[in-house]
Amino acid sequence: MTREHLRFMLPILSLSILLVGVFYLQPRAMSYFGLNLLFNLAIPVALATIAQMMIIMVNDIDLSIGTFVSFCACVTATLVQDTPLLGYTVLALAIVGYAAIGAVIHIRGLPAIVVTLGMSFVWAGLAVLLLPSPGGSPPPWLRTLMTMKPPLVPFAIIAACVIAAVTHLFIKRSSFGVLLRGVGGNERALERSGWSIVWLKAAAYGLAGLFGVLAGMALVGLTTSADANIALRYTLLSIAGVILGGGEFTGGRVSPIGAVIGALTLTLAASFLSFLRLSSDWQIGAQGAILILVLAVRLLVSRREGAA
Amino acid sequence: MTGFLQRPWIWAYLAAAAAFIATMYVSGGQGAGSLAYAALTFAAFAAIVGVGQMFVITLGPGNVDLSIPATMTLAGTLALKFMATDSSLILPGLGIALGVGLICGIVNFALILLLRIPPIIATLAASFLFQSVAIWSNRGLRIKPPAPLADFSTGGLPGLPNLALVAILIAIAAWVLLERGLAGRWILAIGQNARAAQLSGVPVNAVRFGVYVGSAVLAALTGFLLASFSGGANLNMGTEYMLMSIAVVVIGGSSIGGGSSNVPGIWGASLFMFLIVSMLNSYGLGAGVRLILTGCIIVTVVAFASKRSHSA
Repeated sequence: MTREHLRFMLPILSLSILLVGVFYLQPRAMSYFGLNLLFNLAIPVALATIAQMMIIMVNDIDLSIGTFVSFCACVTATLVQDTPLLGYTVLALAIVGYAAIGAVIHIRGLPAIVVTLGMSFVWAGLAVLLLPSPGGSPPPWLRTLMTMKPPLVPFAIIAACVIAAVTHLFIKRSSFGVLLRGVGGNERALERSGWSIVWLKAAAYGLAGLFGVLAGMALVGLTTSADANIALRYTLLSIAGVILGGGEFTGGRVSPIGAVIGALTLTLAASFLSFLRLSSDWQIGAQGAILILVLAVRLLVSRREGAA
Repeated sequence: MTGFLQRPWIWAYLAAAAAFIATMYVSGGQGAGSLAYAALTFAAFAAIVGVGQMFVITLGPGNVDLSIPATMTLAGTLALKFMATDSSLILPGLGIALGVGLICGIVNFALILLLRIPPIIATLAASFLFQSVAIWSNRGLRIKPPAPLADFSTGGLPGLPNLALVAILIAIAAWVLLERGLAGRWILAIGQNARAAQLSGVPVNAVRFGVYVGSAVLAALTGFLLASFSGGANLNMGTEYMLMSIAVVVIGGSSIGGGSSNVPGIWGASLFMFLIVSMLNSYGLGAGVRLILTGCIIVTVVAFASKRSHSA
């Protein structure tokens, strides 16, 4: 088994162990309904994690994705519902805006961490302008999609698989995906061979924007209403999800499938506590503990690899 | 004069002064004294966490302490709970807060060292744990600070709040450490080239340990003071200081890539961050517009500050 395989297996293993734990504590969770309930809220988290992965892939970090998803949720619950044309235009512009931020960060050599922190104020402000108090409602088609009950396999599982498969094919198998990862791996080499780093960075940020929009829409479809703070925790969760899934902060080493699994693991960690009858006070702590645990195991594995 | 203008921190003070004048323009010069007093009070919190974050960022790329908000909340919560409004327990309470900071710093650095993970993810994971402990011990209760402590944190000399005095003393100590002390040289050397620093005999891990513990202790002190100032700890009290601590470092003219930092800029940027919000408030703008403008101004200032460092 190579290191790549281990890197890939570890996220799956940690999710499986957690899942077995949940099933052991509550056998009734091992059903169509139970699984859907466990993983429903993981869909927007998974989409936000993929968005974060796009940014981490080009060696940056996005501290605004939580407020951006909140903003998109607010747009979906208000504008898209009331005046669809305007609503979708705003969402498209938001994606373009994200791409523009990426371009500006590269052209001016700005620290992404500060620019995105600053942008988080902008998205939060726009969200508050749109929806000063919690409310709104999802477009009917979105509600229908998110509450779909396909035969045999719950929608949440299918959605997670589709997200993982599509992004895997795009990032790991397409030539454009190779270029994007190359920005994180060796920017200068790409530049010397004639590629425009500005455009590639803009593309990575634009993709992050796209998945942020999808996360916001999915969230509204599930919760049926939005508010300006609905997804603030996604910023830290998405970073944790990418790392949990075997991604690295530098070098363009990311794994879309791992990121989706990481998001599922973090969501499951939160509900695991309620099965243990532990107070929900420890939810965030459990997510942190799992992150630390997985990183520790990863270190042990790579050490043994190094010694062998 | 040109030499003075080339100081990296001068722009933060100019921006703060511009925001101050713009606010005064709206009010017709009314309340200049009270605005300055409020600015010194609130900038003090940002300045203390900013100094800690500055030392961390100085260590080089990837070094950021994301656990500052959680450490602040945990220290404030535990200290106020321990003191339980009893005036005789103020000093032990401060000890508890600083002790919490010490432990948080040790946990942060232990994760960085043992798991060999980037500090940003180590402090992130640790902050989940700290926040969870804070939630668990807080239980939605809001315990008031002991009266003398509340008086101290809201009081001050004419024109100089006690909190600002504390923060200025900390800034001076940090300046001496960074510019005159051996430890400061070591921190800068690691930020400029960790490998070269190690080879030339700098105790890299000991220095990094000190920096992360220092940042956490300063965050804990800020949490203690903020909870005393605002009449009790709450679970969101640290939230805005994530951005604040990083922004004041960068706007203050320190390099986000590490290896080059300055302390005076932290104070200028802290004043600026408060004054910009009060300026937008004085224009009577709604919360949404205020947030948007704050974000735009931060991004613009950062873009401007980075341009200078490129041309230099």
